[in-house]
Order: sequence, then C-alpha cells, then structure tokens
Amino acid sequence: MASNAEEKAESARTRSAWLLSTPALIVLLFAASGPLLIVVTYSFLTPGQYGNVVWNFDLSGWVGILFSKDIFDGTWHLADAHLSIFWRSVKLSLLTTAITFAVGFPTAWFIATRPPTQRALWLFLITIPFWTNLLIRTIAINEVIRNEGLLNTVLIWIGVISTPLHIIYTDTAVLIGMAYVYLPLMVLPLYAAIDRFDMRLLEAGYDLYASRIQVLRRVILPIVKPGIIAGSILVFVPSLGAYVTPRVLGGGKNMMIGNFIELQFGQARNWPLGAALSMTLLIVVMAALLVYVKASTREGNPHG
Amino acid sequence: MSESPIAVEARNAVKAFGQGATAVKALDDVSVKIKKGEFFTLLGPSGCGKTTLLRLIAGFETPTSGQILLDGADITQLPPNKRPVNTVFQSYALFPHLTVAQNIAFGLEMQGRPKAEIKKTVARMLALVKLEPMADRKTSQLSGGQQQRVALARALAPAPKVLLLDEPLSALDLKLRKEMQIELKRLQMETGITFVFVTHDQEEALTMSDRIAVMSAGHIQQVGAPREIYTRPANRFVASFIGETNFLTGKSDGEAVQLDIGSKIAIKAPPGPVSLAIRPEQVRVVAANDPGALPATVGATVYFGTDTHLHLVMKDGSTLVARMQSPASGSGDLAKGTNVGVTFPDSALQLLGD
Ligand SMILES: Nc1ncnc2c1ncn2[C@@H]1O[C@H](COP(=O)(O)OP(=O)(O)O)[C@@H](O)[C@H]1O
Ligand SMILES: [Mg+2]
Repeated sequence: MASNAEEKAESARTRSAWLLSTPALIVLLFAASGPLLIVVTYSFLTPGQYGNVVWNFDLSGWVGILFSKDIFDGTWHLADAHLSIFWRSVKLSLLTTAITFAVGFPTAWFIATRPPTQRALWLFLITIPFWTNLLIRTIAINEVIRNEGLLNTVLIWIGVISTPLHIIYTDTAVLIGMAYVYLPLMVLPLYAAIDRFDMRLLEAGYDLYASRIQVLRRVILPIVKPGIIAGSILVFVPSLGAYVTPRVLGGGKNMMIGNFIELQFGQARNWPLGAALSMTLLIVVMAALLVYVKASTREGNPHG
Repeated sequence: MSESPIAVEARNAVKAFGQGATAVKALDDVSVKIKKGEFFTLLGPSGCGKTTLLRLIAGFETPTSGQILLDGADITQLPPNKRPVNTVFQSYALFPHLTVAQNIAFGLEMQGRPKAEIKKTVARMLALVKLEPMADRKTSQLSGGQQQRVALARALAPAPKVLLLDEPLSALDLKLRKEMQIELKRLQMETGITFVFVTHDQEEALTMSDRIAVMSAGHIQQVGAPREIYTRPANRFVASFIGETNFLTGKSDGEAVQLDIGSKIAIKAPPGPVSLAIRPEQVRVVAANDPGALPATVGATVYFGTDTHLHLVMKDGSTLVARMQSPASGSGDLAKGTNVGVTFPDSALQLLGD
C-alpha cells in the first residue's frame, strides 16, 4: 500500500518535472538545434541564382571556403582573399584578447584591492558601457578616432602631430573598437579570480627572495589562471565572430569572418558558402574551447 | 653569553600607523638585541606590537623612525626579498598551486641556486620535517600540522640568518601544539639558525625560549631568560602576565619594608609606598602558632589536579594565594575559616619597579 502510494507520488513528480521543463525543451529544440540543423543542411545545397538554395546536394559550399572557381575556365584554385580574411579574424581576435588582458588585468587588480565597500561602484563603472547598444558604442569610437575626430583634433591642437593620424578604416581601428567593447568581459572573470586570491601569498613570495616580476609570474598568474582562461574565452569567441565593429570601424575592405558570412547571404548570393563558413566558425570556436578546457584541467596534475 | 655576536638588532624602532591625531603607535621606541643562534621569543598580549616588530625585521614594514640591523649592517631600507631572513606566517601562506616539494624549493629557485643543489636541499628539508611521503601532494591535501611543517621547511630551506615565526602554533590543537613545540626546538638546535618566535602564550614562551622579551603596548617591558623573567619580573605588568602572582603593598623607610600584611623585611627601596610580588608556590602554610608566621584565615580552596590553590585572607583583608601539592587523599583539605600561619622566604619577594 505504502509503496504503491510512493510510486504514484514519484511518477507525479516525474510528470510535473517534465511539464516544468517543457518551455526549456521547446527553446532548445527551436532556438538552438533547429537553426543549427537548417544551417548544416543549407551548407550542402546548391546556391540559387537570386540567393536562397536549390534542393540539390552539393559540396561547393564547403569547397568554397578555401577555394574559388575561376569565372572563365571553371577551375578551382586557392582563394587568397578568403585566407586573408580568416587570418585577419584570428589575428585581430588574438590581439584583442591580448590587449584586453593587458588592460584588464591591472584594472581588475585595482578593483579587487579597493576597500570592499568601493568595489561594487568600480565594477558598476566598468560595466556601464555594456548598458549601451553595441552599434552606438561603436559609432562613438568612430567619432573619437576618425580623421576629424576628437583624438586627432586634440593631438593637433596640443601640437603632438601636424597631420591627422589615419586610424579609421584600418585593422588598428577594428582592434581599438573590439578591445573597448569586450574589455568588461575580460575584467569581470579576472576580478572574480583576483578577489579570491590570498594577498598574504605576495608577502610569502617576497619573503622567499622573489622580485615583483617573479611574484607576478610565479605566484599571481598561476593562481588566477582560471580567471585568465575564462576571460580569454569570453573575449576571443565573440571577437572571432564580430560583425558590427569591423563593419563600422574597418570599412568595407577590412572584413572579418562575420562580415564575410553576411556578404554570402547578401550581395554574393551564396547561401551554402555562408552556411559552411558559419559552421566552420562554430567548429573553430568549439576547438578553441576544448583546447582551453584541456589546458585548464591539466593544471590539476602537477606532473602533467 | 653577553659577548656572543648579535644577529638582529632593533634600535629605537618606532612604528606608527595612520597620521596625526588618529595615529596608532604600534611600536614605541623599541630597542632589542637578539643573539646569534638563540631561540628568542616576543611575548605579550594581543595588539602589543609583536607582529609589527617581526614585520620590521622581515622588511614588510619600514619603521617610522629607528633602525633594524642584521649582523651589524643597517638593513632598514632593504626590501624583504633582499633580506636573508625568512618568515613562517601565522596563516602558513603556502602556495596552493604548488606541491609540497615545489613549495620548499620556491625560495631556493628564486635565489637562483643550481638545480642539483635545490633537489638535495629539498630532500633534506623533507626529511627534517618528516614529510618525505607527502612530497608530491598539493598543500590543500595536508592536515594543519603537516601544513605547518611545510611552512617551516619552506622557510628553513634557503638557510636564512634569522627565522621569524609569528604565532605559528596558535592554529593547532593542544596535543599537536605540544608536539610542535618540541619539534621546533629540535629544528632550531639541529639547524643552529636564530629563531625569533612570537607568542601570546606565556607557558609556550617559558618552555621553548633561550630568552624572552615581554612586550606591552608597543614597549619592551623586560628581556631575559625564562627563569629570570619568572622569578625576577621587572614590573607589575611582567609579574602579572607571566604565571600567577600575589601582589603585596608596603612602606619603605629606606632600609627595610614594612608589609601591610604584617612582617618587616630587609629590602632596600626608596622611602615611600612600594609594591612587591610573590609567586603562589613560595607561600607556605603552617600552623597558626608557628613562631614568626603571619596570621591568616583560609578562604577558598581550589583544586587543580596535581596542585591545590589555597586562598588566604590576611589581617589587612588582602588575599594571598598559596599553591601546594594536592594531598594524596582528599582528606587533607583545610576547612574554610581555619586559622593558619603564613611564611615565605624574604628572598622570594620581588620588588616591582612599575
Ligand atoms: N597595518 C596596520 N594599520 C593600522 N594599524 C595597525 C596595522 N598593523 C597593526 N596595527 C595596530 O598596531 C598595534 C599592534 O599590532 P600587532 O603588531 O599586530 O600586535 P600583535 O601582533 O602583538 O597582536 C595594534 O593596535 C594594531 O591594531
Ligand atoms: Mg600578531
């Protein structure tokens, strides 16, 4: 009797658990897996003449990532333009990660060493730009660095330079923009790691003959490494897929993968190539994540 | 003894925290000489400046005025990583990302010692603190006592001229603390390194130290061997902080002191009121009619196991505590209100110089 009632209650619990997770399951199905399946499918189809796709199995989308077809004789050859876009994307994303780390680490350290009552305020200040629309923030950067912008006006006015620095529509401009936009994503996890760091270890380091640099390299960095890894992932991943920033600050020439993908779905009318590129980006990001996770778990084993 | 070379010296060291009216003088004109190879203890209540003095020697703080000398050389402005002095921190401060062996090797690596030498020294240190089986463990996997040993080994490995220990045993339970006291003493004798040990536990200080500096409110009250500090406390603070003490009052006429409890004793003191101290174990209880004994009445009897404390009410109304061995059977207890006599050797009285 008792066990029967228990079973009933158990199955009722199971049923309500499923019922409660239905919204989440629907979201997962339609918002995550669904679009992914569509993209995978489209990458294996034939491009239609006016965009869209023809339902016909075709590998040209995937081949087109690295090769392009000669318009005249129809032969495939290595697409230098594509490669340079990939290279620029990876390079700019790595540089963005490095710059946000170089700026973000001292910032996070500064915040973590403030009196506890002030820290919330500093963190809030760091995240303020985040409450503004990305496009607006990027256009604001444009206003600062363009030839007649704030930066050049001030530099010319105080006499440091006589002709304006040409930054806008270069890789440097994209880099400045991305570093600015993604800085909070580096600072927050670094802050969380530094906040947990036991400052008494610094004195232990100095006491044992370590210089300031050695304390940084041998004590601080290894201990806050999880925060560095988390911050780097959070910056590198969206940098690699950045769209708005390279579009607004890089102009038409300095495309990154995001813009290149958009191009395929727009003017180039090559949806399968766009889909294949999207999948490639996803795979690269997943690979990067795996490498990071591997690196951070190996940390646990001293002789690994 | 007095000619043995000095390892560390503080000269008129003052350390003030904060500025102006809110400034706290953690150390107020402290001068002390610590000899080579001795086990020297800074003893005092919490907040008296023990840690501050240790941090001045380690180099984590610079004195507001005064000097710190190591082997006779002024090191006041030298940063901690340039001082051949190591610290065992109260919190241990072991590096959580390193193994036991790597922790011990850290100082040697920072000094740039050759790899082979580091390996040999680490092995020697592991043996010294009996942690060989733990060499490759992370420090978080160790017990409190084992972490303590790692902290010791790590600080001893670079063979510092002076080892500073800030209440290293305070986090351990009683049994482990007793073991580590013996262990520390052994390590100090085996290595011959000068130990500067901080504690607020007077018993720990008395059992372990070659010499003790008793501190209070940023001042050093007295420096001396444990026996000297115990039997000849320089002032009221030292007498009350170390062990249990009876305080007596009296009047000096320049030649002898008339005690308020009755007897007159031949102690030279400037004329006027004086205060004296006597340890409970020096107070003897005799029969009331004993010749020369001071009259007293038994107040309370407090049983401590091996000892029994007898609270004696003297004729001036003050209470004197006498410590005696507990009788083998409970029969010997003196009933409250019994009239007894009290005697003590004159030499057991210590004049206090407040
Ligand atoms: N960094 C500091 N800032 C302000 N006051 C301090 C600081 N360090 C110690 N003090 C003060 O100095 C006094 C002595 O402290 P400390 O040397 O730590 O005492 P102890 O180790 O004997 O307990 C205390 O009143 C303490 O509050
Ligand atoms: Mg202290």
